[in-house]
Amino acid sequence: MNWLAVLLGSVSHANWPDEETVIRLFTLQDYNTRVVLLGVTALGLASGIIGSFMILRKRALLSDSIAHATLPGICITFLILSAMDINSKNFFFLLFGAGLSGIISILCVQFLRAYTKLKEDAVLGIILSSFFGFGVVLMGFVQQHPKGNAAGIDGYIFGKTASIQAHDAQMLMINAILICIMSLLLFKEFRLICFDSCFAATQGWPVLKLDILLMGLVVIVTVIGLQAVGIVLVISLLIIPPAAARFWTDRLFYQVLIAGVLGAASGFFGAAITALFERLPAGATIVLVSATCFFVSMVLGSKRGMLMKFLKKRELDHQVLEQNLLRAFYELHEDDEGNLIPNKGARLNDLLIMRSWLENEVQAGIRILTRKGLVTKDANHNFVLTELGGIHATRIVRNHRLWEIYLITHADVATGRVDRVTDKIEHILGDKLVARLEHIVAEDYPHLHVPASPHPISGGKI
Amino acid sequence: MFLESDIWVMLAGALCAMSCACVGCFLVLRKMSMMGDAISHSVLPGLAIAFLMTGDRSGPSMLLGAVVVGVLTAVLTQYIHKQGQVEESAAMGVVFTTLFALGLMIIVYFLDHSDIDASCVLYGSLEAAATWEFEWNGYIFKTKIIQLAIILALNVLVIFALFKELKISSFDPALATTLGVHAGKLHYVLIILVAITTVTAFDVVGSILVIAMLIIPAATAYLLTQRLGLMIIISMLLGALGSVLGQLSIIYLLPAWGLPDTFSSGMMTVMVTVFLILAILFSPKSGILFKLIRHLQLGKEIFMNRVLGALYRTEEEQPNFHHLEQIQKTYPVRFKWAIWLLKRNAMVVADGKQWRLTENGEVYARKLVRSHRLWENYIFTNMNVPVDHLHYQAASLEHVTDESLLEQLAETTSLEHDPHGREIPQKKSKD
Repeated sequence: MNWLAVLLGSVSHANWPDEETVIRLFTLQDYNTRVVLLGVTALGLASGIIGSFMILRKRALLSDSIAHATLPGICITFLILSAMDINSKNFFFLLFGAGLSGIISILCVQFLRAYTKLKEDAVLGIILSSFFGFGVVLMGFVQQHPKGNAAGIDGYIFGKTASIQAHDAQMLMINAILICIMSLLLFKEFRLICFDSCFAATQGWPVLKLDILLMGLVVIVTVIGLQAVGIVLVISLLIIPPAAARFWTDRLFYQVLIAGVLGAASGFFGAAITALFERLPAGATIVLVSATCFFVSMVLGSKRGMLMKFLKKRELDHQVLEQNLLRAFYELHEDDEGNLIPNKGARLNDLLIMRSWLENEVQAGIRILTRKGLVTKDANHNFVLTELGGIHATRIVRNHRLWEIYLITHADVATGRVDRVTDKIEHILGDKLVARLEHIVAEDYPHLHVPASPHPISGGKI
Repeated sequence: MFLESDIWVMLAGALCAMSCACVGCFLVLRKMSMMGDAISHSVLPGLAIAFLMTGDRSGPSMLLGAVVVGVLTAVLTQYIHKQGQVEESAAMGVVFTTLFALGLMIIVYFLDHSDIDASCVLYGSLEAAATWEFEWNGYIFKTKIIQLAIILALNVLVIFALFKELKISSFDPALATTLGVHAGKLHYVLIILVAITTVTAFDVVGSILVIAMLIIPAATAYLLTQRLGLMIIISMLLGALGSVLGQLSIIYLLPAWGLPDTFSSGMMTVMVTVFLILAILFSPKSGILFKLIRHLQLGKEIFMNRVLGALYRTEEEQPNFHHLEQIQKTYPVRFKWAIWLLKRNAMVVADGKQWRLTENGEVYARKLVRSHRLWENYIFTNMNVPVDHLHYQAASLEHVTDESLLEQLAETTSLEHDPHGREIPQKKSKD
């Protein structure tokens, strides 16, 4: 396997950094690494914050369009500058050109959205590719320009993190501070347009202006970020950390905060890894670090993480199983009046025929009930409800029957079907709802303890 | 100078644009345009890994790598969207940027820069596509062009075979499912087509301009027609035309403007964008220009109606009625123009410094005023609107009320005066 050898070879030949290098790096002792690390961290912070609002506004991919749409601006500025004989790679002018073309692209998006029948996704794709196509034409001119040192321009597409200079880092930090201040000042307004823009409009907020302001901030972050991580990868910093933060919280403030921190951390560690290992492309490394954050959040996130959801679901499944078992016990030993005959044992087989469940399912359920002290074994190795178990079982059966009666008398559900319908809902009946049910069916059943079942219980006595 | 190679460039561009456009139509209709964007970025690791494993720069392994990663993009996006409750476009953004970064990492770390050229990935090289050839039985074939032709044939064939299913699942996925068409499977058929097309078109027009080829001609056709079959044909023609015109403009237009040579793929994109702009402006059904003309026409009509109504009211000899002077003062130019138009239509004649309605004009104006006052009556009696608010509502409705609605309104009331106490003009008998 030739390719495998190449793969293993490059991994084993990679220069693993020694301890001293790592310490020097993380204590920010080298001037160059310090500049790079701080700059990229600031970018991650800013893009995490502003990206959160964009994601909630369901405009995540707009930043994609904006980032690509900056290309013609950069090229035109370059051509104009070199025609005017100014230092043609002047940082500020190029950024200004990029920003201008980003803003024009936003206006075009708004225009197409308002005045044509094209859908949002098509509009974004059109703006992205048409601006970039125009940029490619201009790039052709740039590359043939006598002074066309196109390598510098190419840096805006793939990024050149390693060569971030002091003034770049300053710019990135100023940008981060600007974004923080703006989002704090306009927090309420942005929250409003993110969650309910129609309500915001009826309250008299200038939604369109706020939208454009928000997107203007995105343009600033994008344009300043181009330099550090490149066109495609700046998008990922605007999307991935905010999407990851969604797994941890339901509150906007924490969402913004966590996204900012995740973004900053991705920037920091991504740049650090690039500094430690040779030949790694910085932009791609930063993105992969943030993607790792995303997948970790997706699994472990405390609010919507998959593990959390799995645990919650398992808990619910257990609860349902327990309640079904208790009801099975009750209905197995129920007299004609609807009272539980105490201390009568049940075998596994008795329980198994009560509903369609598997043997190990029932066994697992009994184990849980035993642990909770609701079921014990008697002398004949039969399972018996304890006193506490009896009380619980009575309550559960009662809720089940109440709901059944309600369905028959008030919802016109056929008697033969109520059991199944009730089966789904009995586990989540709250105290208040039960009280109301009692109230509603009180007329028909004046003495309510456990009403007798309104239909023959299959497998039971009656 | 027009060279022989330019024909090949045009042909490669046209084939590429056509195969993109026919798949792109479905992307646009299914609101999946950005999926084209996502796939064209995310195939990078597929290509890189395929190259790493086989060392082959074209051919089936690359296609396979692209298809696998393309489908993976769609599956992952759906998975994150469903399992993680992340909004779909954000999920797509997460997936494709991550895959792109992975691809970039593999290329930079494991492969030499010379193997996959970054500039070629971005800008494509139509010129190279035209020169790459192989010899078989003494004939010389253009490899890339044959590849593109095969992909085009494949796309057309699949779309032709599944046309009915694709159509119904694009417009009404729920109905499609009830009719037994598996919308989910078709989704992946489309994804696979996009991935294959993207990877074949990749080194011709570049990774990002593939998106232009996929979406822009299709969106243009979408604005021009409402029939799916026609839309596909138009989009393919526009794509091909864009490629030819793009190359021609590089040969003739740019030198004429004193501009240097540039990337053919970029020029193709500019051309199809020009088509799109033209369609946005001039499309007969939804074009902005025609909407504007209709809007202006309506404005003209309403203004003429207002002048006529004001003249009628003046002739009713109401004391202190200055409506006409008001209009004249506020819109002096438009007023003159309206009077000129009305005179030409023989509705108004000059009478010294004043204007008078002709018989024709009076019939028309009477109808307007009747409509206005009937509406005032109706709104006042039925909707509890205070008397001083009636005018504006009635004024906007009076212009759009036709004869039969007017008679229905008249039937609802037996009053001869409107709520302001002015007489409602009766319909003139036609003797």
